[in-house]
Amino acid sequence: MRIVIIDDTGARASVLEDGLREAGHDDIHVVPPVGAFVSRIERLVPDVVLMDLGSPSRDTLEEMLLVSRALARPIAMFVDQSDEQMISAAIDAGVSAYVVDGLRKDRVKPILDLAVRRFTAFARMQAELTDARTQLADRKVIDRAKAILMQQRGLAEPEAYALLRSAAMNQNKRMAEVAEALITAHDLLGGAR
Amino acid sequence: MSHTIRAAFLPLTDSAVLVAARERGFAADLGIDLQLVRTESWATLRDRLVFGQVQAAQMLAPLAVAVTLGLGGMPTQLAAPFRLNVNGNAVVMRADFAAALDPDIAARLNDPLATAHDFATAIGLYRRKPQIGIVHRFSSHALMLRYWLASAGIDPDRDVALRVLPPSLMLEAMRGGEIDGFTAGDPWPAAAIAEGLAEAVALGARIWQRGVEKVLAFRADWLADHADVADRLLLALSRAAAWCDMPENRAELAALLARPDYVDMPAALIGQSLAGQFAPRMGAAPLPVEDLILFYREAANFPWRSQALWIWSQLVRWGQAVPGAEGQAAAGAVFRPDVYRRALAGSGAVMPGASAKLEGAVSIPTGVGAHGGALLLGPDRFFDGRVFDPEAINTYLAGF
Repeated sequence: MRIVIIDDTGARASVLEDGLREAGHDDIHVVPPVGAFVSRIERLVPDVVLMDLGSPSRDTLEEMLLVSRALARPIAMFVDQSDEQMISAAIDAGVSAYVVDGLRKDRVKPILDLAVRRFTAFARMQAELTDARTQLADRKVIDRAKAILMQQRGLAEPEAYALLRSAAMNQNKRMAEVAEALITAHDLLGGAR
Repeated sequence: MSHTIRAAFLPLTDSAVLVAARERGFAADLGIDLQLVRTESWATLRDRLVFGQVQAAQMLAPLAVAVTLGLGGMPTQLAAPFRLNVNGNAVVMRADFAAALDPDIAARLNDPLATAHDFATAIGLYRRKPQIGIVHRFSSHALMLRYWLASAGIDPDRDVALRVLPPSLMLEAMRGGEIDGFTAGDPWPAAAIAEGLAEAVALGARIWQRGVEKVLAFRADWLADHADVADRLLLALSRAAAWCDMPENRAELAALLARPDYVDMPAALIGQSLAGQFAPRMGAAPLPVEDLILFYREAANFPWRSQALWIWSQLVRWGQAVPGAEGQAAAGAVFRPDVYRRALAGSGAVMPGASAKLEGAVSIPTGVGAHGGALLLGPDRFFDGRVFDPEAINTYLAGF
């Protein structure tokens, strides 16, 4: 069974491809949705096409599926249109799938389930990465604000920290935001020299 | 109690009414927490609506008809009780293609019939079959482009290549030379012109002076089960549309739409179109086009059933729908003037007396029967002077 993954973020495609290979599929092609990608897919004659639901190129792909003469049978969106639960899971995970009409459901369902799991895992990984990056950036900002307070007000580190924290609580803001404001004010007042 | 409605939209100027309803508090005032879900393709917008991830969507009117008829997917009965705008699209082409057209761009835009014939000549002179980007086969822009080209004997399926691309990728495709021009909704044609990638060859508002554009679509079964909430949403949108149409609010509306979570394009560019100013070529003085985009006036939000049927006539004309009474009835039933009337009765919104009309028959502003105030319909002519009678679709089609 030939599976085409249309994806422009290499990372997500390889997470999905690895999973499919572990599950025993070896005819997998990753095609980024740029330039003449539609004719590449036409030449590949896939049985299953998997694509990120958020990709702006879905309309281009669907048009190709409608008019293609190379693809003998029409390709239907999702496996079994009555399987609402699976479709909802796919949409929640951000997966869209196109499957050659007539392909047996029991052959396609595992692929789709796997795609849903991998897409979800990938989204979680990305969210965690973003969180980690934000936390790191926050810590740097807070450290700098602390240093300013220590220097300008002659405070010890725990006091500078406590001051930032109570200011944040009073203003109902994140500590990083208060720290950012303090740094900006400090820079504007010429403290950055 | 506050009721949450999620609505999907695409980054286009005609998301204005939805954006204003949320950001200016019109929805919240009526107890609706309107959450807007930015979506990058019409396919995903359709799937989100059909499979219930959102309850409402800013939809291409022909797509709402096509989904209901099951063209290219599983059929789902949609209901469109509210038009989000009238007009707002344009056809732009690369300058080396447009060189064969009238160099006086104002004259070119004001005479679509002559320009279509020049366009036919330009096709012959061009180095390849022109590649023209459309946002979707079931879009108003694509239907108007086909209508316009065909008036000069151009077969849109043979003489040009129509390439489907999302509006946000049109500029990229122009830069890369993948397409020679495109038709899309504001602000994308204006953006391509501002960047010097293309110049205007036709305006939607000059092909059909009061064309059908985006509608608010629901699943028909959801709408039936949630009449109260839907009615409140329509009232909120009607108030938001009135706000969008007021000249004094244009700057604020442009700034709202320019935000990264909405259209994410410069406010100056969006604001120019809102003010009815259209720059047809890079560096050229903008032309005043007062009906470039309408949000409220002239009962712009009323879903004339005759327009759903015009869409049907064009789908049949181009072989995209199979002719037949059943399909025609289903297509016409997508537009829901009954829901509009129910939701906005007594709201101050002008209520037309009829639910369908002759399309293309008004050449000077004309008062028509209405409740709740005078309704003056602006000129709604097609550039070729044809009139669409929803009672005589076969005769209309035979005339092409």
